[in-house]
Amino acid sequence: MAKLAKSPWLLHYDASSCNGCDIEVLDCTTPRFDIERFGIINTGDPFQADILLITGGVNAQCESVVKQIYSQMPDPKVVVAVGICACTGGVFKDCYNIKGGVDTVIPVDVYVPGCAARPQSIIDGVVKALEILQQKRDAFARSQKSDKS
Amino acid sequence: MAKRSIVPFGPQHPVLPEPVHLDLVLEDEVVVDAVPSIGFVHRGLEKLVETKDFKEYVYIVERVCGICSFGHGLGYCQCLEQIMNVQVPPRAAYLRTIWMEMSRVHSHLLWLGLLADAMGFESLFMESWRLREKILDMFDATTGGRIIFSVNCIGGVLKDMDNGMLMRLSEVTQEIEQDLRPIADTFLWESTVRSRLHGLGILKKEDAILAGAVGPMLRASGVAYDARKLGYAAYNDLEFEPITSEEGDSYARCEVRIKEIFQSLSLIRQAISKIPNGPIQEPVKGNPNGEHFMRIEQPRGEAIYYVKASGGRFIDRFRLRTPTTSNIPPMVQMLKGCQLADVPLLVLTIDPCISCTER
Amino acid sequence: MEQNNTIEPICKEAFLPQVIQFKMEKWRLAQLCAVRVEGGYELSYSFAKDYQLRTLRVTLTDEEKVPSITQMYPCAFLQENEMAELFGVQVENIEGDYHGKLYRIARETPFKEKG
Repeated sequence: MAKLAKSPWLLHYDASSCNGCDIEVLDCTTPRFDIERFGIINTGDPFQADILLITGGVNAQCESVVKQIYSQMPDPKVVVAVGICACTGGVFKDCYNIKGGVDTVIPVDVYVPGCAARPQSIIDGVVKALEILQQKRDAFARSQKSDKS
Repeated sequence: MAKRSIVPFGPQHPVLPEPVHLDLVLEDEVVVDAVPSIGFVHRGLEKLVETKDFKEYVYIVERVCGICSFGHGLGYCQCLEQIMNVQVPPRAAYLRTIWMEMSRVHSHLLWLGLLADAMGFESLFMESWRLREKILDMFDATTGGRIIFSVNCIGGVLKDMDNGMLMRLSEVTQEIEQDLRPIADTFLWESTVRSRLHGLGILKKEDAILAGAVGPMLRASGVAYDARKLGYAAYNDLEFEPITSEEGDSYARCEVRIKEIFQSLSLIRQAISKIPNGPIQEPVKGNPNGEHFMRIEQPRGEAIYYVKASGGRFIDRFRLRTPTTSNIPPMVQMLKGCQLADVPLLVLTIDPCISCTER
Repeated sequence: MEQNNTIEPICKEAFLPQVIQFKMEKWRLAQLCAVRVEGGYELSYSFAKDYQLRTLRVTLTDEEKVPSITQMYPCAFLQENEMAELFGVQVENIEGDYHGKLYRIARETPFKEKG
């Protein structure tokens, strides 16, 4: 567990994005950008994921899905909001069915703006997330130690 | 009678990049019924026409979907141009055709990759997406964006390509064609891929028409309908024939899409060789008044754009019937009688675009 | 292009027989569209065959109901449910009725009121 930040597993969920950012997230795992060089594996299983990449704003129906996926992920975990709609709602902000950014439903650690976010900035965001993951992990370990003593 | 059970599929599923939910009714391993439920991506973009200026709305309509983005902008602009009687300059029409065909190449390559991924053929997925990067690079060079371009405007396009760029694009299409051949051969002749796709999810010609299938789905069932033949943009000046196949199974759909990539590459080269010089934009005055149904051929099939306006800055109603909306009923039909293990693959063969469907 | 793309107003009584005829002649259902107008709705049903597109236009008042065409064209269920849920059009006897639970949005019939 101490080496968590060296091989995190990544989960991607499309809240209500236009596909643009989703495709770029998927693109990051292909040879050109190759996010796997950070030891990351793209998984489909929330129970084994450390990083949640989430795209698009949150609407009435996917709210419960997002909450459920977040609660299924083990601690420590980080959430990266990819794309401007995941950050604030973006162009969809005025729509009747959009509640706003992802942070209206679950806590977000890293915001990656852009419409669509470029793969370079997504990778940048994930690398930031790795640092936060390590900090969370250290804090978690410290709290465990102090509990014992 | 075997015991019936219900298996939920989605919304978060490894093969689906997008959320869609199906309730599958099973008898042992065989699917007897499938009930789709959608709405995870519904935003209500059609409603925004009431609060956004009709010229500003071009940017919204392009964000209905990140894969079909250029086509949506094109359909909406053409619909308004029809209502307002605006004649688009020929160079702009050609540029639109080139970008539209580039979108088709990128969309079909993306789909091929996802199909390979769903079959577990990881290296083929990587190969397809590696090739797709070449088209994205050209998008980046010509429009400044990889996914969302925002080059359409009512009355023409916002950006021009100079001759050097057009030559470069022509070369790139040659390179892609060369690199695509081995990938296409693998999809069409490799025995594992063939055995996975052959005879799976057969949609007969009559069923395809009655169920309202469009695009490659319809053409793979033997109906030669391609909305590009209506002659919008510069398609009237270019030589091509709709690509069809008779079998109507998953293999036929794959074959049609692969052949369409080659066709699109040839269309891009044809357009580059014929593109006239001149302005790229026609000034537009006044507000739209009237209604029109516009059909265009998106990578996934025919899309219909409807605009109703009554002379104000805001249009009254905008309706977008996307190809996937039409392709979901035939998909449900195909799912009945298939094996549970084939469901992800069958869902994928319609090339679903959920964010288009729900808007 | 225009001669292949027509909009034909039709009364409610003649509507279903026309749809049946389309089905006999093997037309493809292209799209359904609802428009909110003063005191009612304007429904457009488009059918396509080869490169022709014919749109039937049915006008309704707020209280009037419209029969579902899912008996003839089962594939219409998605778009009819959408009309009912987003606009509040009263569609009768949809095969596969979601009863307003297709999109499961927070607001009821958002397209019924302007703005």
